Amino acid sequence: MFDDWMDKYNLLIDLGKDLPVIDPKYKVKDFLIEGCQSKVWLRPSYDGNLITFTADSDAIITRGIVALLIKVLSNRTPEEILSADLYFIDKIGLRQNLSPTRSNGLLSMVRQMKLYAMAFNAKSK
Amino acid sequence: MKDIAEIRADFPILNRKVYGKPLVYFDNGATTQKPNCVLDAVNEVYESYNGNIHRGVHFLSDMSSEAYETAREKVRSFVNAGKKEEIVFTSGTTGSINGIAFSFGERYIKPGDEIILSCLEHHANIVPWQMMCERKGAVLRVIPINDNGEIILEEYYKLLSSKTRLVSVAQASNALGTLLPVTEIIDAAHSANIPVLIDGAQGIQHGIVDLKEMDCDFYVFSGHKIYGPNGIGVLYGKENWLSELPPFQGGGDMVDKVTFEKTTYNELPFKFEAGTMNYPGAIGLARALDYVLDIGKEYIASMEKDLLIYATSRLSALKDLILYGKSDRKISTISFLIKDIHQYDTGMILDKMGIAVRTGTHCAQPVMARYGIDGTVRASLCFYNTKEEIDALCDGIEKVKSMFA
Repeated sequence: MFDDWMDKYNLLIDLGKDLPVIDPKYKVKDFLIEGCQSKVWLRPSYDGNLITFTADSDAIITRGIVALLIKVLSNRTPEEILSADLYFIDKIGLRQNLSPTRSNGLLSMVRQMKLYAMAFNAKSK
Repeated sequence: MKDIAEIRADFPILNRKVYGKPLVYFDNGATTQKPNCVLDAVNEVYESYNGNIHRGVHFLSDMSSEAYETAREKVRSFVNAGKKEEIVFTSGTTGSINGIAFSFGERYIKPGDEIILSCLEHHANIVPWQMMCERKGAVLRVIPINDNGEIILEEYYKLLSSKTRLVSVAQASNALGTLLPVTEIIDAAHSANIPVLIDGAQGIQHGIVDLKEMDCDFYVFSGHKIYGPNGIGVLYGKENWLSELPPFQGGGDMVDKVTFEKTTYNELPFKFEAGTMNYPGAIGLARALDYVLDIGKEYIASMEKDLLIYATSRLSALKDLILYGKSDRKISTISFLIKDIHQYDTGMILDKMGIAVRTGTHCAQPVMARYGIDGTVRASLCFYNTKEEIDALCDGIEKVKSMFA
């Protein structure tokens, strides 16, 4: 889909501008997912049916990827989040950002989103 | 003397492209690339004379053992150590420091004793001492730096006391590139009979290392940072210290007599070389040192000085570029940030242009904290880099700025 890496990163940068931003008062340790390269804050909200996420990152490319993940995983039921396999990441060639070797908090973020889903799922039963 | 094109031709990986663009390899502080002769030397071991060292009576074992001991002598000569018994092969800088911290702790450290480090240290020269201090009830004292990233010697002198048992500092900062004032540090410590370990991980690549002149008590470095293979390093220790210290690993080859009642240890340096050592790595390292000598240590130093001057002047002239570590005495390593742009963003875009830099804390979180930042972009250059590559980095930085404007 993307041959030109510049187009890809420009899209990510733009996507980052649409990120539902976490309230600055929640940029605290409890919502921080620390990675070696950039920080990610993630906060869930649950209305009994759907989980929504707000987030932020101190790096713009990471913000873009966070925004992409939230577009896919926010406003979903816990079951939908738990069963999501995020194939699109490979399709658009972003796998390099989510490999375990690149410790930038993103892998932890996906894991955390699924953990929240598991917790809300258990709670609602 | 070889020109830069001939030098670069010696390093096969430098010709490759990344994402269709020529590789600009500016991460030599993390690891260096290898010349053909080193690759050939390692292959030759496995292809023609591989046999376990010090153990056999057969031809292959003899040849490997001889090559390994020849390698030890080459290292001794390169660093100008007194005796080959003072050259111990290890797995690398981290292995060496962990070993000395452990053994020194066992032999000499009591509760309340102090170890002096600097704010500039890599985690490899912090954590092993922390672990030892925790075991032994000792305390770490840290030499502060000024805003230029230089050691404040007056503060260091104040830290030296009757409780100090050892000083351990880097020859050069991997994060900022600052050269530490090791002569002054060693002189002051020795006048109080305190031994000094110098972490030469960065220094060995850039500095002209003369251990007789430096007169440090321990010196450590890694093969992979001086164009040699991975998994091999050196621990130099003055004979009087190494004779007194207990081994840090037990096993084969470091023993004299073994019974279940008591085991006695082998003589130096074998006392500290347990198990099957990385002899292909040692042989590769020796070949790398020969290569450096063939090119010429002074020639390398002058090339790197030119690169540092050029890179510093070009980067300083760029708008919105913040340089960290502005000492006059530096190795060819430059740490920077583009104003208001996260280092990760910068590094990712530079990567797509074929430019390899390191981003983050560089395993030196304390020095980053000193500047109140959580990381930088680091370009660590060596003698096979070029001014054209520095120009490419500057163009890359402008590209990054335009993308995040």
